[in-house]
Amino acid sequence: MEKFTKLTGIAAPLPLINIDTDMIIPKQFLKTIKRSGLGANLFDEMRFTLDGAEIESFVLNQPAYREAQILVAGDNFGCGSSREHAPWALLDFGIRCVIAPSFADIFYNNCFKNGILPIALPQEAVDVLMKDAEKGANARMDIDLEAQTVTSSDGDVFTFELDAFKKHCLLNGLDDIGQSLGKVASIDSYEAQIAQSHPWV
Amino acid sequence: MSPKTLYDKIWDAHVAHEAEDGTCLLYIDRHLVHEVTSPQAFEGLRMTGRTVRAPERTIAVPDHNVPTTEDRVNGITNVESRIQVEALDQNAREFGIHYYPVNDVRQGIVHIVGPEQGWTLPGMTVVCGDSHTATHGAFGALAHGIGTSEVEHVLATQTLIQKKSKNMKVEITGKLSPGVTAKDITLSVIARTGTAGGTGYVIEYCGEAIRDLSMEGRMTVCNMAIEGGARAGLIAPDETTFAYCQGRPHAPKGAAWEAAVDWWKTLHSDDDAQWDKVLTIKGEDIAPVVTWGTSPEDTLPITATVPSPSDFEGGKVDAVKRSLAYMGLTPGQKLSEVEIDTVFIGSCTNGRIEDLRAAAEILKGKKIKDGLRAMVVPGSGLVRAQAEEEGLADIFKEAGFEWRMAGCSMCLAMNPDQLSEEERCASTSNRNFEGRQGRGGRTHLLSPAMAAAAAITGHLTDIREMM
Repeated sequence: MEKFTKLTGIAAPLPLINIDTDMIIPKQFLKTIKRSGLGANLFDEMRFTLDGAEIESFVLNQPAYREAQILVAGDNFGCGSSREHAPWALLDFGIRCVIAPSFADIFYNNCFKNGILPIALPQEAVDVLMKDAEKGANARMDIDLEAQTVTSSDGDVFTFELDAFKKHCLLNGLDDIGQSLGKVASIDSYEAQIAQSHPWV
Repeated sequence: MSPKTLYDKIWDAHVAHEAEDGTCLLYIDRHLVHEVTSPQAFEGLRMTGRTVRAPERTIAVPDHNVPTTEDRVNGITNVESRIQVEALDQNAREFGIHYYPVNDVRQGIVHIVGPEQGWTLPGMTVVCGDSHTATHGAFGALAHGIGTSEVEHVLATQTLIQKKSKNMKVEITGKLSPGVTAKDITLSVIARTGTAGGTGYVIEYCGEAIRDLSMEGRMTVCNMAIEGGARAGLIAPDETTFAYCQGRPHAPKGAAWEAAVDWWKTLHSDDDAQWDKVLTIKGEDIAPVVTWGTSPEDTLPITATVPSPSDFEGGKVDAVKRSLAYMGLTPGQKLSEVEIDTVFIGSCTNGRIEDLRAAAEILKGKKIKDGLRAMVVPGSGLVRAQAEEEGLADIFKEAGFEWRMAGCSMCLAMNPDQLSEEERCASTSNRNFEGRQGRGGRTHLLSPAMAAAAAITGHLTDIREMM
């Protein structure tokens, strides 16, 4: 997994609440057995007409936002299905950070497994950043994971919270499985204990 | 000892390792696997030279994109779907995990197969790369959906890195009124909490109306806990649970059964347990409901009218404008007058035998409205076989329904069962998101009996008028 330390980039405004994973990557693109290549269909039904033409009004089709690396969105981003294809599609498009008032649980966890930083901030802060994002390509936001700050193009600084373990893994690009296998002795002893106490499990 | 909730008890029984900051390795008793969210996880194991730690706890079944027409015995025509199902087939054999292939009568939706085969039992931890894993919470099992990276993590370590969620109690007191079902309960809860109201919580559903539900109804309630944003939904196991589990192929037998039941009887929240959030709803206040918008929180009694964006505030105002445009509805329109094109009965929410019985009860001796498309997709091959034995299949077929093979089907429309643009569907599934059942398709979520009623009249219908 790629490390996430600092990011300076264009933020695209997506002022909708309840953006679900079916919107982020519709099911017809889940038939892949790979993790790559999904960026082409990110937000497919909002981004393209049935015959594949770009819908001009959609933010990521606008010249200012084609290179966006940050999304600013409404409440409950990523709700719905557990499909990790959603963060894969965001990452493949080039999005490394999503800012919203809240995230759905499974999507939030999936982001950290893929080097994407989801930032939850109070509605008032997201409102300020949404306005900032609406300024277009010249207004760049700064994200600093170590300091846990988002800085708008006007210099407004917002501090965000996140779990220390998730932060550590993201900053260092750590592989969860490798770390957990380092605790295999604990897993072995748990299994031995359960084989005695709950043998039917 | 300090009082504990049911969630606390199951959590405590599964911590294999706890770090100083509270990050735990939670041991996973059952890992359910399907074809769509697992290929990349198995590939990850191969690339790193890892293997499946506990194949005996891992159960695979293809469900998401299998066709539901009878000609599927000849193979899957769609190349991409076929590749995914073949990949699952190969991975199951290579890693030696339990497997129900597409032509096995026990094949079906993973969340129906797990309980049916006795894999899901009280007090267990159950995960699957699918958000509706919440279903298994009906047994008093801690069950939730995970992403593909976590699927790989569970395959390799049989654990999940977790921090504990908060406890929320949802109590449904008293009795339900006639015509009101488990589906109406779960949708009504989401209508009150909102789709993000459960975020960060594990919900325990309790109260007389929940106790009175069968296991199948309880599965319907817990299935949609995720639609309220919760990590999991739970119902404490009781005699109803034990009776359902006893004798299932993978349930314990003999002395092991007795020992298991003794432990299961301790799995309930203590009287003085502490809750971070409580919601109480009177059973009698719950009506038969339908959804009108593109979020499961957009739920109203069937007797209501389509709301106006001005009835809402904040980000919901624009969301409702967008929903109404997408759904082709006008504020003030009576929900019971909304005409439909299609009826879908099935899914992990409502694809079990009792759901089929409830719908057949309404359809018996009747015909669906002319020109309507209607299909029943049983949740598993065994549900299908039982429905045929009970004569339900004949009732559906005589009414004009298509009688399909088991799978997820039009709930998420990954297989050929899809809605076309502006096609309006009364659906017993769980999500009414934009494009969920097909691009431009319009979904109204409701109970199986309400879906059957709508099939007869051709519009959303108050089931109480047909009872």
